[in-house]
Amino acid sequence: MDKGKQPSGMGKIAGFFKWFGADIADIGTTFAKGNWMTKVSFLIMGFGPLLRKQFLRGIAFLAAEIAFICYMVFFGAGYLKDITTLGTQGRGFNPDGTVSYGDNSFLILLYSILSIIIIIAFIFVWRLNVRQNRNAERLLAEGKKLATVKQDFVSLLDEHFDKTLLALPVLGVFLFIVLPIAFMICVAFTNYDATHQAPAQLFTWVGLQNFKDLFSFGTSGFGSTFVTILLWTIVWAFFATFLNYFLGMAVAILINKKGIKFKKLWRTILVMTIAVPQFVSLLYIGKMFAPDGLVNGYLMRWGLIDSAIPFWQDPTLAKILIIVLNCWVGIPYIMLICTGLLMNIPADLYESARIDGANAFQMFRKITLPYMLFVTGPFLLTQFTGNLNNFNIIYLLSGGGPTSMSLNGGAGYTDLLVTWLYKLTLNDTNYKMASVIGIMVFLVTAIISLVVYNILPSVKDEEGFQ
Amino acid sequence: MSRRNKISNGIGYAILIVISIIWLFPFVCLVLQSFRSYILEPGGQVNYLLPKTFSLDSYKFLFDPESKFFRWYGNTLIIATFVSVLQTIFVLMVSYALSRMRFKGREFLMRFWLVLGMFPGFLSMICLYFLLKQFGLTQAGAIPGLILIGFASSGMGYYVCKGYFDTIPKSLDEAARIDGANRFQVFTIMLIPLSKPIIIYTALVAFMAPWCDYIFASYIAFGYSDSYNVAVAMYRWVMTNDYQGYFTRFCAGGLLIAVPITILFMCLQKYYVEGVTGGAVKG
Repeated sequence: MDKGKQPSGMGKIAGFFKWFGADIADIGTTFAKGNWMTKVSFLIMGFGPLLRKQFLRGIAFLAAEIAFICYMVFFGAGYLKDITTLGTQGRGFNPDGTVSYGDNSFLILLYSILSIIIIIAFIFVWRLNVRQNRNAERLLAEGKKLATVKQDFVSLLDEHFDKTLLALPVLGVFLFIVLPIAFMICVAFTNYDATHQAPAQLFTWVGLQNFKDLFSFGTSGFGSTFVTILLWTIVWAFFATFLNYFLGMAVAILINKKGIKFKKLWRTILVMTIAVPQFVSLLYIGKMFAPDGLVNGYLMRWGLIDSAIPFWQDPTLAKILIIVLNCWVGIPYIMLICTGLLMNIPADLYESARIDGANAFQMFRKITLPYMLFVTGPFLLTQFTGNLNNFNIIYLLSGGGPTSMSLNGGAGYTDLLVTWLYKLTLNDTNYKMASVIGIMVFLVTAIISLVVYNILPSVKDEEGFQ
Repeated sequence: MSRRNKISNGIGYAILIVISIIWLFPFVCLVLQSFRSYILEPGGQVNYLLPKTFSLDSYKFLFDPESKFFRWYGNTLIIATFVSVLQTIFVLMVSYALSRMRFKGREFLMRFWLVLGMFPGFLSMICLYFLLKQFGLTQAGAIPGLILIGFASSGMGYYVCKGYFDTIPKSLDEAARIDGANRFQVFTIMLIPLSKPIIIYTALVAFMAPWCDYIFASYIAFGYSDSYNVAVAMYRWVMTNDYQGYFTRFCAGGLLIAVPITILFMCLQKYYVEGVTGGAVKG
């Protein structure tokens, strides 16, 4: 037993509280022992740095505080106060016929989340302000000089270069990913749908009601639909990942085989699939299997069948066809990756195996496959989670169909959770259920990733093949 | 021995030829069908491959200014170019910071982004639409809006690039810093020229994505046909509008889109392979 290598959950929480307590205490001592400049800085941020002639930092802190106060007073607070109800007064008409504008649940929720995040960010900035004051005092007491404005600027290209580099990308992720996702997670706990469209009809918090709906198995509940689609999503991801993987590897081995010429030509033919935009190739192929498509047309002309095979109308056929067609898309990609890796396997391994009398299949099973699985383990995992969310293939080939009366929420038999989410959002404007599904997709992805990641050989044993 | 080899090679060739036919078949069909006249031989996918008369009607239609095809083409080209450049810059910046610098919150940032990546991307669609609408970046202004969506959060896709940076020895950085270069100079003068393959890979992948973007493009440009990209426009031709009538035009349009991109891809294939293989092995 090696103790303390991995702190337990409880240990982590205790550690956090310890750190938090120490931090509060630190703020206290800074205030108690600090001089008047530091003390004023607790209230007016940047006061200390300004008086200590660190103008860049001082102005930055002061501007942050002013901007924060303005934002909260003129904008944030007005929305934040309604967060518990998400608005009470919908849009309506005054007695004289003019429109009376009321609250807007959408805006209240969105800007409240923004305000909460900004408040948290402000607390961090304030803490930074306090710490900088203390550090400055300490440096001055030691007789050292503080960084000048010029040095501050220069440090942004050197020791603080990470801040310069990350500022914009982090802001981008925040605005385009974090904020919208936080918003949608909240929507999962409201009744925001087609009949509650702000500003005309407000929506409000409903607690866990939507999650109950998702797991209710009555005729109107989403339970059976959800289970059907979840199962298909997992089956699909499994086949799409492993079928492609093994077939792709087989093709790569075949092309790499000694004695096969024109290796580059074969690869180029396959790689065409990656190069051509998917919406062109997949839409075309999808139409090939339509009742009036090329495949049925030829089969009928040759007299092999009397009536068109319902490739996209029969649930089972549609599912099989999608998995098969996905090979067409996926094999070239795997082939490219495997080609490079196969060349990395030391040739003398095969040589000694051959001397020992192993045949081709034994060599594949004992040398090639373990090596490939070891090296591409994490890649397989990302492929799998990627396939769980593989929107394009499904949407361009079958559009999720065939739909059925026994499935709720406009879902079809080949819908994945993500394409269902898309349909709920766009066709049904059922935002609350879309959000719930989104959270479910996240849970499925996260659980599978966690479980698989911990049993991957390349994670457990990093030195395995080196 | 040699006879056995010959047989196994023969089987190998046979399989490869069958594979090639399967993989090329849809493209051949697409090309042939694009030369079928939609006036003389109407219909969707007819049950014969070679058109009865060779005609350029579909292409004439596309080149007619009224069809807007080249407007959509231009839209997509603009989006793809901007996204490609900006996304590459973002990815390089993030990768350098995470690969070369050790700062407080680095681990947290990487883990947080990993978890964020597990949410389905277009869960954020409605909210983004609203945010963009506030700034007039939907419908008529959808092009800058789509560029923004394309690159703003691209910093999260740093994995392949960071993996590449990690393989460049840090001793090079240290040597440059001893010679008096600051980190900015190390990044721009030393590391970027060394990373040509990964830069080309990142730019290529980013450039190709907008050509297939249907989800956001159709939502942001909703109902405003001047802002469509090719994927949205073509999808509407065959899925929502008149499939029978527009099918050959879809084939011709698809061909005009696919040919330049395929040529570009084939030229840069070497870098693409390097990128995906490196990314796959490092996870």
